[in-house]
Parts: sequence; C-alpha cells; structure tokens
Amino acid sequence: MNSGTRAIPAALRARGVSRRDFVKFCSSMVATLALPPRYIGAVMKALNEANRPVLVWLEFQDCAGNSESMLRSSNPPVAEFVLDLLSWEYHEILMAGAGKQAEDALERVVREHAGEYIAVVEGAIPTADGGVYCTIGGKAAVDIAKHVCGSAAANIAVGACAWDGGLVRSNPNPTGALGLHEAVPGLRNLINLSGCPHNPANTAAVLVHYLTFHDLPALDQYNRPLFAYGDIIHDLCERRAHYDAGRFVEEWGDEGHRKGYCLYKMGCKGPEANYNCPTVRWNDGTSWPVKAGHGCIACASHRFWDTKSPFYKRLPSVPGFGVDVTADQIGWVATGAVAAAMVAQVAGNALRDRLRPKKAGDEADEPEDSRRA
Amino acid sequence: MARIVVDPVTRIEGHLRIEAQVDAGMISDAWSSGTMFRGIELILRGRDPREAWIWAQRICGVCTMVHALASVNAVEDALGIEIPANAQLVRNIIAATQTIQDHVIHFYHLHALDWVDVVSSLKADPAKTSQLAQSISDWPLSSEKYFKGVQDRVKALVASKQLSLFGAGYWGHPAYHLPPEANLMAVAHYLEALQFQKQFIRIHAVLGGKNPHLQTFLVGGMATAMDPNEPGATINPERIDFLLEVAKSAQDFVNQVYIPDVLAVAAFYPDWFGRGEGLGNFMSYGGFPQGSIKDSANFFLPRGIILNRDLTTVHPVDTVNVSEYVSHSWYDYSSGDQSGKHPYDGETNPKYSGPKPPYEFLDVNEKYSWLKSPRYQDQPMEVGPLARLLIAYAAGQKDVQALVNAALAKLKAPATALFSTLGRIAARALETQLLAERLPGWVQQLGNNVAQGDVRIHNGEKWDPKSWPKSARGFGFFEAPRGSLGHWVEIEDAAIKNYQAVVPSTWNAGPRDARGQRGAYEAALLKTPVADPDRPLEILRTVHSFDPCLACAVHVVDAHGHAYARAHA
Repeated sequence: MNSGTRAIPAALRARGVSRRDFVKFCSSMVATLALPPRYIGAVMKALNEANRPVLVWLEFQDCAGNSESMLRSSNPPVAEFVLDLLSWEYHEILMAGAGKQAEDALERVVREHAGEYIAVVEGAIPTADGGVYCTIGGKAAVDIAKHVCGSAAANIAVGACAWDGGLVRSNPNPTGALGLHEAVPGLRNLINLSGCPHNPANTAAVLVHYLTFHDLPALDQYNRPLFAYGDIIHDLCERRAHYDAGRFVEEWGDEGHRKGYCLYKMGCKGPEANYNCPTVRWNDGTSWPVKAGHGCIACASHRFWDTKSPFYKRLPSVPGFGVDVTADQIGWVATGAVAAAMVAQVAGNALRDRLRPKKAGDEADEPEDSRRA
Repeated sequence: MARIVVDPVTRIEGHLRIEAQVDAGMISDAWSSGTMFRGIELILRGRDPREAWIWAQRICGVCTMVHALASVNAVEDALGIEIPANAQLVRNIIAATQTIQDHVIHFYHLHALDWVDVVSSLKADPAKTSQLAQSISDWPLSSEKYFKGVQDRVKALVASKQLSLFGAGYWGHPAYHLPPEANLMAVAHYLEALQFQKQFIRIHAVLGGKNPHLQTFLVGGMATAMDPNEPGATINPERIDFLLEVAKSAQDFVNQVYIPDVLAVAAFYPDWFGRGEGLGNFMSYGGFPQGSIKDSANFFLPRGIILNRDLTTVHPVDTVNVSEYVSHSWYDYSSGDQSGKHPYDGETNPKYSGPKPPYEFLDVNEKYSWLKSPRYQDQPMEVGPLARLLIAYAAGQKDVQALVNAALAKLKAPATALFSTLGRIAARALETQLLAERLPGWVQQLGNNVAQGDVRIHNGEKWDPKSWPKSARGFGFFEAPRGSLGHWVEIEDAAIKNYQAVVPSTWNAGPRDARGQRGAYEAALLKTPVADPDRPLEILRTVHSFDPCLACAVHVVDAHGHAYARAHA
C-alpha cells in the first residue's frame, strides 16, 4: 500500500494538518526511537490506519507531575494524542466525568476492551495496612491496579514513582509504597518510563512504536526503552568538553558558572545517570536542567532518591578521572586520552549492567539510607 | 433525603471524595475527604536542608515549584540568608509564570466542562459562533471556517462513539445554560489553551531546565547564572529577549481569550454569584516580594485577613496563630485530639480508622480524611485567588480596585457577588490579568540588571554547613496559585530535624475541627441545589471553583520522634 503512505489520518486531515507536518512528526518519532529512516513509511501507515486504541491513565500516590508533563507534549501536541490518535477514556485529572460516571467509564473499558487497551500508571502503590493510604471510589489502589492493568494489552509506568516507588517509597517508606511491577507482579507487556517526571517525547515515541508495531521497543533490564535510557547523560552533555578540559564551576554564580562550565563539583550526577534528557530536552526542546545551570539529580536512575542523594555532594569517584586532577596538571593530550578511557569504562559498566541477567528480587534491594541519622 | 458520593472528584490534582446530604433538592450538609497519603515530610527528616526543596517540590506536580520556593524561603529564614535582588526577580518571574499558567489550565481544562456542554457545540452555527467571538474579543482565531474545523473535530469524535476524555460528562444536564455557539467557542478555546500552556511554560524551561519539577532553586539564590556576554550563561541578553517575547504572549491570551470567556460564561450563570459562598473568612500571607522578603508592605500581592465578609478591615497575619487539628483526621495527637498544634510543635501519627476498602460511605461523625484542619486563631479560613483579591481590594490597592470594579460593572453585579462560586472564578481570572501585566516588567528589570553588569545570583556565604549554627528554625511562605502556603523547618547539626508544610488545599479542603466547624469546601457546598442526584454537576462547580490540589494537602510530620507505623512492605 505504497500510496497509503501519502495519506494522513482522517482526523488530522479534517482539521487541516498538512501532509508535510505529518511526515515531520513521523520522522521525529522515528528519530527519537533511534530507528532507521526507512521506518517512516511504516509509522505513517500505521498511524493512518490506527483505530484509535483505548488508553486509560491511572493515578495513585502521585503528584500529577507526569500528567502535567504529558500535557506539555509538543510532538504531537497532547490534543492529538487524546482526541485523534488514541481514545483517552479515563484520566482523573482531565476527564469530563466524575464519581460514578468516571468509575463506570473505567469499568466499561476493562469489560469491553479486555486485552486490547493500554494502561498508563502514574504514582506509587501503597501496600501497607490493607491499602488504606490510597483509595479511589472507595477501592484500594492496589486492587484497582490489579484489576485494570491485569487485563491491559500493554502497561506503561510513567515516572519514578510508578516504576520503583520513587519518592513515596524513599526511606522510611511510611506507606509500604511500591512500583507497579512489584505491587502487581507478572504483568505482561510492561514498560517503565523512569524520570521525575517522564519526558513526554519518549512516551510519545513509545506510544507511536506500539501503534506501529503492536509491540514495545527494545528494553533494558529494568524494562525501560533503550532508545531513551541506553546512554549516559555525562556522555551526551553539552558541558562535557569543559569536564574533559578540567573547567569546573567552583561556586554558584562564579565565572565558571557564567561561562557554562561543568557542574560536576557542584554535585552533578550526570556520570551515573542514564537518560536522553540532553538530546530530547524539555518543553518543546527548549532546555534541560544542566543547560539551565543546575546539576543533574539522576532522576531516571533506579531508586534515585535514596541512591543518588545527597544531591550536592560530589560523586566520590568517576572511573578513570579524578576531579581534582585538572587539565593544567595532566596536560591537554593526556586529558583527552583519560577522558576517552573513562567514557569507554562508564559505557562498559552501563552495558554490563544492562546485559546482567535479571534476578528475582533485583529491584527490591533496599538502597542504603542516605539520610543522616 | 439522600447521601451523594462523588469519588473520584475528577479534574483536580489528587484524590478527593465529597459526601453530601441532599434534602429537597438542596445540600444540607457536606464532608470533604482526602483519600491519599504519602508522608513526604517524614521522608525529609535527616536530609540536607539545602536539598529539601528538591524533595518538597514533589509534593505537587501541578503547582510544581511552589513548594520548592517555600522550602528555600524556610531554610533561608532559618539560617538568616539574604538573597541577591536578581534571585528574587527570577523567583518572581518563575512564580508568576506558574500562577498564570496554572490559572489558565484550571479554567479551561479543569473547570470549563462544568459550564460548557461539549456535545451541544455540535448544534452551533459556525457563522454565528464567529460573530459571537468577534463581538467579545479581537482574538484573531475567530473565523467561521475556524469554528467549523473545531466542530468537525468534535463531530468526528462523537461519530466514532469514542468520546475519549469527553466520554462520561454530564452532557444535556439541565444546569447547562450556554447556547450552542458559546459552547463551540469554549471548546475551541479549550484546545487553544492546551497549546498556550505548553508554549508559555517555556519560561520555566529556560530558567529551570524543565517543567514540571524545575531544577534551579538554591538555598541562597538561584542556579541561573547571569552574564551580559556569555552564551553559556542561563540568563544573558538573548534569553531575556526570548523570555520577554513569551511573557508578553500571556497578555494577549489572557486579555483576549481568558477574560472575555470568563465574563461571557458568567453572564449565563448569574445564579452562581449567589451560591457557594462559604466561610466568609479569607487569608493571604502575601507574595511576590519587590525588595526584601522581610518587607511585606512591598509585596505585589498583599498580606492580611478578612473576617466575616467585612471588607472595611484588613487584619494583620501572624503565623504564630496557625494551628492544625486532627479531630476528624486519620491521625492521633499525643496530647489528645481535641486541641490544635502549631506547625513547629506538630506531630503526625497516622492512624487510619475509616472503613476497610472497598467501602461505600465514610463514617463522617468520626475521622474521615487524610487532611488535617488548619485554623487561624481557631477560625477556619478560605485561601486562594479570591482571598488575595479581596484583601488587596479591601486594603485599597488601586489597580485591583479598578480591575474588580470594571468586571463587576460589566457583569452588573455588586461587590458582595464576589463571595460565591463565580466570584472565585472571576477573582482567579483577574489575578491572572494582574500578573500577566506585571510579568514583563520583572523580566525587563532582570534584563537591565544583567546589561549593567549586575550578575549577582547567589549568596554563598552560608552554603557550607560548617557556617551554620548547631540548631535553627525558619518559616517559608508563598502565595501559591491555590492560596497560602507555609513551610516550617527545624535544622539541627546540619540536617533536617523536623519539616512541616501547611498548604492551600488543606485550608480549603480540610475536614471539621474539634468544635465541628466546617472546612471551606464543606461550608461552600451548603444550600447548593442539586437537580439530579445521579449527576451532581452542581457539586463539581463549587468544589472546582477552589481549584483543589489534594496531593499538596495531605502531609505528615513527626516532630518528636514518636514511633511511627512502619510499612509492612
């Protein structure tokens, strides 16, 4: 159906979306997914033919930051997702219906679209004391999650809390909060989009991938898509050249800060963070935290609240490169060589981490409490 | 006589449940319950106070940054840190941007569907819609063809039998009064506002790296390095130009779309100027310092209290008078549940005593919410845009008086009409207008400073914890979009010993106190007519007029190391 790729979804055409814009959108999705350009045709065809699959978005112990992040989606704009490409049948923060009508809408999806719909989960799920720490419509969050996610074709956990319990699960975890995969073990087609919040560019790409191939993209050991979490922020960072040259911010607002030097000494966790933040950026590709002048807090890393804090404490040892060894001491040539070796080593660590076979209880490990007693 | 339950109350942040008693088609009593609890303040104990804002910010992702700001304010207050003028300007710009965006999203995406019947828009004549739009505004997107396109989009949705987010609405409810053309115009603006909010918030991306959850605050200032000549600086002349351009775009949208829409919608619902009245007590901590944060006389939004609808007197605020009750909240106080506690002395021992889920009704005579009941001198207070506007009005602030009087004249309503559901909506819109007018001035001032070489953005004198006293405590505050926000922090040996947040939606959505005094939602729902108990649209109207934010409202602190029910994870 070669001519089919020339068309655009009827709903988009009806309101004057040009073929050019549609191709641009499909191309950007393919690029985000790190697929070869030859897939553009397939994506266009699939979106054109998609019969607006049903999506439900569940919020549990959340701050709604991931919902808000979705509202900031620019490619495609959220209205297209919600109205034209998918049928967004349940999402507390946005849906027209309330109370019984809202609960009925959710129940209808589970009943009439079992095995077909996409469930998105935001927020942690409290499991202590019979689930009393989060109820919706009088029902415990964990029971809702079992009921709704258990019948979904695919489950997408957005944000740190839905993935691994996030901040809610941080020590001392007052409510027994867990991520979706632990609260409801054995879910099929589960993908985790970590980050605090998730980046809607990645979520859009996952949804488009699913609409196109009826499958999830390649995942890492944490069920996160490799296209978004396969690289280290430090390697993608626009301030990287300053790190390699030994040019660091020493104090907030100093000359180095004004010149955009490396934030490593101010506690930046970029060398230990996997996320495509520096390349996809945020809010229409406008910026990202390191560009805006503050260190990375590794918000897409596993149990980052406990494992990556204190956030202003310098990482103790980045492999292969001592912070206090400056470019002046090593010399330019040596710096380059050391940095290159470091990249290789860090990349190697990440790869090894990813290839490490999954063990039961891997993610249930309690990180050391970073708090001062 | 029937008990109505609305759970979940949707189009809000968080998990809210309303139970209401309806007699002869009118609400005779109401109970507001927060049904989710996380315990963030407990999680904060023992951590570095300099990073408390990163954690506290996650209290809310909708009014993201308000808790970050209150947190750095609190720690700076504790340690006696004064921040540079530029840092205060950046904070004002970020906060004003937040408030403007939040208010626009609230009106169009969280509240409008209580007044706008989406399905009715199918019956509209696009030509007449165009005439209507052009009669109330110069906004350029107003052609017949444009509205026809929007209508076709709604038509395609309805024809597909998958109405998506619009699926379960109360369409056709007798309380909807807008003509089809006004409904179509509002649907168009709903979609435009989705576009506006994400474009406008790029101010946060420039200054904070991302939204939600900006990453740019520092105890002592901001991480937005400034330099007139450096492309690598977060704030330089080029960025100032960009910020100015985006900031000004808000004026266009607010003046030409938001304000005319609010006035047009309000004109069709005059009854709602007499409903949803509520407590009649209003409080504001004041916000947007234009100078030192200690100089409350110089705030852009004034501080004060109005009691019993008396606009002739603005009472002073002293936060020593704030206390919280747990008489109807799922917590225990060691000294008994009948007395309140100041946040510095606060304790929270969660003790759920509600029905075991799944449940049908709460036992509202006992404890029935995860929210506490904050009180000021034992009085319940309403906080939020209406409170701020009334206090500014009563305090004699000329620009506010002019704006309010003009709006009231257009609506042919007296000032007392403001004590109502529609009054809250109007106040929110007018506040947005005020801030949208003020915002470019702050950006320009920042631009002038950087151009003149004033690049001070952080006061690092007390960055090193070795410079801190052994113990300290401080109060941070901010007038968040939804009202008065306070953070209380106690620091000992360079770590957080105690942390407490008393937030806007706790004031508004909290349950009854020891004396049985209702919270603001509960009071406002009294005497509201309910035409169809199976579709309680009227309850949504009044509750939504407060812009509930429940994740913020539920919190926990344990000041004295009381044993805490650890999770059985």
